[in-house]
Amino acid sequence: MTTQPTSEPATARATVSAHPAGPLLQAGNISLSLNGHVILREVSVSVAPGQIVTLIGPNGAGKTTLVRIILGLLRPDSGRVRWRPGIRIGYMPQRLKVEETLPLTVQRFITLGMRASRREVTAVLEETGAPQLFDHPLQAVSGGELQRVMLARALLRQPDVLVLDEPVQAVDVNGQYEMYELIGRIRRERGCGVLMVSHDLFLVMATTDQVICLNGHVCCAGRPETVSLDPAYLELFGDEVSRRLAVYHHHHNHRHDLHGDVVSEPGNHHHG
Amino acid sequence: MDDFLLRALLGGLGVALAAGPLGCLIVWRRMAYFGDTLAHSGLLGIALGVLWGLNQGMTVIAVCLVLAVLLVFLEQHQRRLATDTLLGIMAHTSLSLGLVALALLETVRVDLVAYLFGDILAVSTGDLYWIWGGGVLALAVLTLLWRPLLAMTVNEDLARVEGVPVFAVRLGFMMLIAVVIAVAMKVVGILLITSLMIMPAAAARRFARTPEMMAGLAAVFGCAAVALGIWASLRWDTPTGPSIVVAAAGLVIVGFMVPLAGKGR
Repeated sequence: MTTQPTSEPATARATVSAHPAGPLLQAGNISLSLNGHVILREVSVSVAPGQIVTLIGPNGAGKTTLVRIILGLLRPDSGRVRWRPGIRIGYMPQRLKVEETLPLTVQRFITLGMRASRREVTAVLEETGAPQLFDHPLQAVSGGELQRVMLARALLRQPDVLVLDEPVQAVDVNGQYEMYELIGRIRRERGCGVLMVSHDLFLVMATTDQVICLNGHVCCAGRPETVSLDPAYLELFGDEVSRRLAVYHHHHNHRHDLHGDVVSEPGNHHHG
Repeated sequence: MDDFLLRALLGGLGVALAAGPLGCLIVWRRMAYFGDTLAHSGLLGIALGVLWGLNQGMTVIAVCLVLAVLLVFLEQHQRRLATDTLLGIMAHTSLSLGLVALALLETVRVDLVAYLFGDILAVSTGDLYWIWGGGVLALAVLTLLWRPLLAMTVNEDLARVEGVPVFAVRLGFMMLIAVVIAVAMKVVGILLITSLMIMPAAAARRFARTPEMMAGLAAVFGCAAVALGIWASLRWDTPTGPSIVVAAAGLVIVGFMVPLAGKGR
């Protein structure tokens, strides 16, 4: 794979230079429409070894859709996804709902589809801070614990890239910080690339190298502190920003639902 | 023991051994109604077999498979009807089509009740070959597909990312359901087939710690239901197929009432 990245990380860290082979994954000009609605328009993402790239954006911005396209679960109308050959992917889906009728322990879930010794499973569970869950039925595990179990499962496969769709879902704010710290530590220790989805720039700010602010198209991208001041970001997340900083004046082009998620007003997103 | 009883018992056990483990997957994947719909279409398969002079088991498998593929296609490509509505429409349309087709075949008299509710006491030696051949084949294929099926049951996206050929495995799974329906038809009839798959699985759930243990126990409970049902039908002169299903229901109830030792949920 010798192609140049489309939107190149000025953000690349020192670790990247140790891996001179270029990005692990590169998605270029991805577009997708469903039933006449544009879900994604000309979106490009690339992840280098040791780099953490975060997709942020309001509900319905196409974050999960983009992740599914990158993973090959969904075919885009146009655009290309290229993985470095022979790469191992550790994927953590947004939701995991296992029927109560399926007797499955955490250990069995983690080893599903591969062979691993008890010691190896314990090691990854310790890495994500959940070794006590080893023998628990999967359905008895809480939301936050399940995230750690799914992360452990991904790690057991010795991934070159972690793809994490909303890794802090169903976790309280303290737990969210801990989770992002954990992801940052895994990147440091394993040197793997990370592509993750988040809805909150401020929480991921310390962890991430590159932020891509998505709302059907790429509104803005770059280092988190740059993005946090970008007009396109502020327009999309104005409420969130002002609630935290209480300095920005802005006009409302969206409102929030009961969970505090941004809900777009139809026909109001014509920027960018 | 009389010959016909021995054949009935052997036939029933052959069906139960395959239906139990397959039924676990049907329960875990919430596909009970899907299986029921396929079973209803079995009568259409029988009608076509009679019409064209083909092996009825084969035509039942063929019709079930066509319907399964059609259902999966419709489920993915139409948004107007909810899945359970769609299944209900398909189940009763195919059943009624089968009844209409059989009625139109003026030259042939078909024992409808035997097809709908089973006639296990009439199982012949030829039927036994068919049942055990199909049952063993189904179990062998299920063993091969077990791990990928389990992975898909937990999370299909995850399974796909990890390299499970989801489409092929799902097709194989439907083939298994079709084969077990064709095999079980003689024993409990198309209207009661699903019960022989999901009831032993439901009864086994509380005693199982692993998926494999649940599959094994479901096979055992299925066999117990067959034996109990045949015995009860002789004892009280009741129809055998339904007696087996009632026995299976009894096992489910007992299963839920027995207190479990140790930790359990």
